Amino acid sequence: MFRKPNPSSGVPIYVQIKEQIRHAIETGALLSGDQLPGIRSLAETLVINPNTVIKVYRELEQEGVLEIRHGLGAFVASHRRSRSKTEEIRDAQQLMCEFLETLREQGLNDGEIRRLFEAELAGELQRR
Amino acid sequence: MAVIIETVELKKNYGRHEAVRGLNLSVRAGSVCAFLGQNGAGKSSTIKMLLGMIHPTSGSGCIFGHRIDKEKESLLIRQKVAFVAEDKRLYDYMTVAQMIRFTKSFFPRWNHALESRLVEQFDLPLERRIRQLSKGMRTKLALLLGFARGCELLILDEPTEGLDPVAIEDVLQIVVSLTAQGTTVFFSSHQIAEVEQVADHVLMIDRGRLVLDAPMDQLKEQYRQIQAVFPEPIEERDFRLPGIEKIRTEGRTVSLVASHNVDLIVEHVRMLRAGSVDVLPISLKEIFLEKVKARP
Repeated sequence: MFRKPNPSSGVPIYVQIKEQIRHAIETGALLSGDQLPGIRSLAETLVINPNTVIKVYRELEQEGVLEIRHGLGAFVASHRRSRSKTEEIRDAQQLMCEFLETLREQGLNDGEIRRLFEAELAGELQRR
Repeated sequence: MAVIIETVELKKNYGRHEAVRGLNLSVRAGSVCAFLGQNGAGKSSTIKMLLGMIHPTSGSGCIFGHRIDKEKESLLIRQKVAFVAEDKRLYDYMTVAQMIRFTKSFFPRWNHALESRLVEQFDLPLERRIRQLSKGMRTKLALLLGFARGCELLILDEPTEGLDPVAIEDVLQIVVSLTAQGTTVFFSSHQIAEVEQVADHVLMIDRGRLVLDAPMDQLKEQYRQIQAVFPEPIEERDFRLPGIEKIRTEGRTVSLVASHNVDLIVEHVRMLRAGSVDVLPISLKEIFLEKVKARP
């Protein structure tokens, strides 16, 4: 289910994996109560440091996204608003498609769009 | 967490050449620590001192609390540490199977399951003589002999040199798997991409000195490249701020590399009336190039 992270993107690997897990939950690929892979198994599959996996699970637990059941593993926490979140994300995907279309019609290519996006997000992050 | 490798002001001179000039290293249990540097930066000399293969000129070091410069203690170190050398030295007259059988007879904690898995995964020709192996095959065999020893600490000197991308991924996967079982890994490399993938701590040396010692995530979170365009040409001396590691100006454009303090730097750049300011992430490769190229 999870993709190998891009190690040289400049975004820490643990952040990339956290995003992937969040995305999987938001799109409904992972449901409340579903079990996540074990630490060793996910580390081997993605060929990343097991300490990174531990960090991901621990932080997502603190953020209320996952539940760690000792001796059993990590599970998707039950969310009251997960259904509406899924819808929000679907709506956002639609908006994103239209937005990309508009930009392309204005003559921007995908590389330019990506750069604008990343620069804007990085700038936001910095301003916060 | 316990410290497994520790050195204090470790030095090594070869005649008048100072190969290692006062290294203070610390590697914690359970980590995958990458030891980066250019050729000739002092990586192999450091590793050889850690394993008691050469004697430090001055300074000291411990592995598992045993002194690296005391012969008896060094012996204890070598029992607990698996080492795969850069030159992958093996007995050329033996076959692959003989070499494996010979090596495992020394190690009671040999991991037989991992041995068979690796023979298959690496596609090693068991009956072929080692002298007839390709460079890649030699490397794979040497790694198998190191990985299967069942040690608490694995020291690898340029482990993936000469391997194709598929084999490199196999090797990294084993490193990850051994780490998950509690092995500490210390490996030197100049393959930055593989380091970024599996290491959680980075030590960088240049000309025998430590120039960087940081957790990987911290590097990725704090290092930034800042690019700004100004209405008029601007000079380097306008950018003397803590955290700025590198300044490059080209007419009205300035490009900075910052190791920390990014918020204040961006604020400063805006105060200088920059028209546009972009803050971009920076890869380990770029950090490496900045660190080893930034010479007076």
